[in-house]
Amino acid sequence: MGNSIEKRIELKAPAMRVWRALTDHREFGEWFRVKLEAPFVPGQISRGYVAYPGYEHLKWEATVQKMEPERLFSFTWHPYAVDPKVDYSSEPTTLVEFRLEPMAGGVVLVLTESGFDAIPRDRRIEAFRMNERGWGEQMTNIARHVAA
Amino acid sequence: MSRPRIRAELEARASVFAALGDETRLLLVGKLSNGLPQSISRLAEGSALTRQAIAKHLRVLERAGLVRGMRAGRESRFAFTPEPFKEAQSYLERVSSQWDDVLARLKFFVEDEES
Repeated sequence: MGNSIEKRIELKAPAMRVWRALTDHREFGEWFRVKLEAPFVPGQISRGYVAYPGYEHLKWEATVQKMEPERLFSFTWHPYAVDPKVDYSSEPTTLVEFRLEPMAGGVVLVLTESGFDAIPRDRRIEAFRMNERGWGEQMTNIARHVAA
Repeated sequence: MSRPRIRAELEARASVFAALGDETRLLLVGKLSNGLPQSISRLAEGSALTRQAIAKHLRVLERAGLVRGMRAGRESRFAFTPEPFKEAQSYLERVSSQWDDVLARLKFFVEDEES
């Protein structure tokens, strides 16, 4: 997949525990620092407020995509949608995916955020198809060129 | 920040990401990143692509603000403009470090309970 951020983290906790932390909206809110109104439901918009000190007036919104127990939780959202005066609803969204992979004594959580190249449909001039290489890798390549 | 300005920024950034999400264009940026303006013929050297194809890719990069075309006598030359690239890179770094913080809190949250 192109244009994405990928992070891997080892969690020394059972998959069941990690899954609950990811998908129970109150538990998610604890570590993600958001206060959510209702449980996550695939296909539905999850709404709430940022619970980060100093940013409590900011709305938080994401559309839940997939919930495959102990395997995959994903949602789309507007990254860095932090200006309360701006309506971001017609802006492009990125896809956030949390994948769980088994590991001895816990799980490896793989986070990806993709779609930074998305341009609003109505303004799209050309439909660029992304290649298979990761965005991070491309950035590193160019950064090397630029620094050279 | 005004809404149109934010929208313009989002679109500009998206077009930079889209423009760079292609092997050929990435290669062209690589060739131009030494800062020297180069002609299409020069950029086509050692490539299987036609000059027309190279020109098309350069136009995509130009629209995203990553290269600047200029006339040099009878031929066009293109130069790399690093600013949009650096802006996109620093944006990704911000998003990336935000995820590091979020995941560190998740780790603490799920592991703390176990011990």
